[in-house]
Amino acid sequence: MDAVSDFLRTYSTTIAVIGVSALLALSVWLTLYAGQLTLGNAAFMGVGAYVSALLGRHLDTPFPVALLIGSVAAAALALPLGSIVFRLRGVYLAIATLAFGEIVRVVLLATPITGRGQGLNGIPPKTELWHIYLSVLVVAYVLWRVQGSTIGRAWAAIREDEIASASQGIAVGRHKLAAFVIGALIAGWAGGLSAHVTFSIDPSDFGFTKAVQVLVFAVVGGTPNVLGPILGAGLLTALPELLRPLKDYRDIFQGAILLLVIIYLPRGLVTFVDVRRTRRLSRIGALDVA
Amino acid sequence: MAEQLYNAVFIGSIYALFALGFALVFSVLDILNLAHPTVFMLGAFIALFVIGTLGLPWFVALPIAVLVTGLFGIALDRVAFAPLRRRGAPALSSMISSLAVTLIVVRLVELRYGGDFITFPAGSVPAFVFRVGDATFEGIRLAIVVLSVVLMLILTYVLRRTQLGRDLRALAENPRAARLLGVDVDRAIAATFFVSSALGGLAGVLLAFAYNTLDSRMGVPLELRAFTVMVVGGMGSLPGAVIGAYVLGLGEVASLVYLPTELRDAFAFGLLFLVLVLRPTGLLGQKSPDRV
Repeated sequence: MDAVSDFLRTYSTTIAVIGVSALLALSVWLTLYAGQLTLGNAAFMGVGAYVSALLGRHLDTPFPVALLIGSVAAAALALPLGSIVFRLRGVYLAIATLAFGEIVRVVLLATPITGRGQGLNGIPPKTELWHIYLSVLVVAYVLWRVQGSTIGRAWAAIREDEIASASQGIAVGRHKLAAFVIGALIAGWAGGLSAHVTFSIDPSDFGFTKAVQVLVFAVVGGTPNVLGPILGAGLLTALPELLRPLKDYRDIFQGAILLLVIIYLPRGLVTFVDVRRTRRLSRIGALDVA
Repeated sequence: MAEQLYNAVFIGSIYALFALGFALVFSVLDILNLAHPTVFMLGAFIALFVIGTLGLPWFVALPIAVLVTGLFGIALDRVAFAPLRRRGAPALSSMISSLAVTLIVVRLVELRYGGDFITFPAGSVPAFVFRVGDATFEGIRLAIVVLSVVLMLILTYVLRRTQLGRDLRALAENPRAARLLGVDVDRAIAATFFVSSALGGLAGVLLAFAYNTLDSRMGVPLELRAFTVMVVGGMGSLPGAVIGAYVLGLGEVASLVYLPTELRDAFAFGLLFLVLVLRPTGLLGQKSPDRV
């Protein structure tokens, strides 16, 4: 019986991590869908994780409230940051948000209350699997509805041609900022959930590697719709577990899959699922984000 | 004080060699090659292989490592970038494909050498020390500084005065027009990747020699610093990258004196962020960056 419960425990952590990855991938999908490459979501995740864990520890804040405050804190940070960095585009925007992420990491490393390099340990495991998957469902549903709304169409228009969108009366800056701030809100929420799964967090969990990983989930899955990021996060998080017997080689497999997808499946894994719609959209040239 | 300055110039030279290769590929092909840190690491490990396994001296290992990393750069382009270029894929794609190559190569190196810090066999790395007054200076660092400056001058000469340089600049300006003008675009791209990766590999070997330590992730700290160096100097400007490298080297050594060690990284990223926000064209950038 011990073996079975051990197995279940391992398994449930993996399932939890897949859900958290899906949330993060959805958070970065928003800005990608609007044609903006940002790499700040790992830092927002970190803000959510630290704020919610610290609130629970020092102020006995109830778990849902702590989660909420954590994600609002991430969004509150995203608002001024976004107003500054969205003057930049393309690679410059990506690098600026990356620099912000590293600054957050260094601040976490240097602040006594966040436990510096050791991070926070003994965070109570309050997150249930259904918390995570309900969040994924709600976020995916809301984003799917938003995608079809005026705002979603404005994002798509901005992605295709910013100047034309502006000339059609779309408030380009505000729409980009909205995508960024909502993304930060989701990433902060995911961070809070994940901190209460993993028992401990430290600054290196939210650095450059994580930022890139989240982006990879979204791009490998595909950005035409919300299904893509979920697929990408699911496959790329589950894969290392499935390849556990080949542990030594799993980075190699993961790299190879990444390379194959980016070269042969420019619209991501979602191509397989949603062939007809993807084809139609690709004919009007709408979907090559990556 | 003199020692601090000496270290700053040394660090700046390593940053410059590393960032030059990075900036060269970016300026010619608009690719952010995230596998460049991996090439850097690979250079060091090839030198280790030549010295440790083949038992050859360091002055043989150095050119072999540089040559092999240069050839690796050409292969990298063929595997990870050329297919995307043919399709006209967006910039993000090449960042991800180079990342995929990084995952694979880092793991391959770890399978052979493990993930921990290792050193060269005792006595196999050049080491001599000289004294000026009270201060001691490591000779290899001086050699690295001199070598870096010489290589930068050669690269500048090649880019400005030779046919290859003119081809590369034409390619950077407009690939289609370059092809129409009779530039052998494929050869020029291969040359870009060879030079870029050879410089990256050289930086890796030299840093590993200087510290006599290497590990599979040794390139990672340089990646984000290379962004800083390029942005400070102006994206795509090679002289700018060199200036940016020394600015960062000096700034980091100075900040180590005045700030706690945890904040060491803050200097590079703070500088990066500030320059992007206040002066995105950098010190010497001419092309207006993608600003709305």
